[in-house]
Amino acid sequence: MIEVVVWICGSLLGLGAIACLVRVAKGPSILDRVLALDVMLLIISAALCLEMALNRHTDYVLFVVAACTIGFIGSVTVSRYVSDQRNA
Amino acid sequence: MDLFLDVLVAVLLILGCLMSLIAGIGLLTFPDMLTRMHAATKPQVLGFLLIFAGLAIHLRSWTVIPVLVLAWAMQLLTAPVSAHMIGRAGYRTKHAAKETLYSDELRQVVEKVSSAPHTGTVPEIDPQETGPDAK
Repeated sequence: MIEVVVWICGSLLGLGAIACLVRVAKGPSILDRVLALDVMLLIISAALCLEMALNRHTDYVLFVVAACTIGFIGSVTVSRYVSDQRNA
Repeated sequence: MDLFLDVLVAVLLILGCLMSLIAGIGLLTFPDMLTRMHAATKPQVLGFLLIFAGLAIHLRSWTVIPVLVLAWAMQLLTAPVSAHMIGRAGYRTKHAAKETLYSDELRQVVEKVSSAPHTGTVPEIDPQETGPDAK
């Protein structure tokens, strides 16, 4: 049962990740790319959750917590520099 | 009971992962940055809630729940911060397409602040002027 569920969920996550990668490649602005990469990090965390569900362990749970905790620093940092670009 | 929990886990996990797909489709098809920001928040809160609930029920373990609640609470706390910063940066540069907005309540505030003399205080804004009907 869980194998089938993980296959379905993996396909959904994979399609979402491909869409995010296309948006990262297309841009057009750096903020779009940062936004898409933020979603990519969420998809990776979700994939780790799926792997934990499939193999019934909790080894990666700390990475999920860390990704949720510090994942926003990247987008905040990049946005900060984008704001200063106006005066350049 | 076990079958019921298994079906519940399946539904929760698939719905949670569907949120990621929805975010990807939204990122790909929405026309400008502000609408894409709307799509990108779908897996952050609801998607993770569903996936974490499915994982906790599937593992049949109480010990993992506090950690997952911590992860979800951190997501709730940090998602608005990054969204605020991205939106702010987009508004201040040309990246957010302002001509597609129906109402821009921030514009009048910015104009008043930038036209006022530099006294260090924020000038009074009449709330009537900043409503969606204001021209």
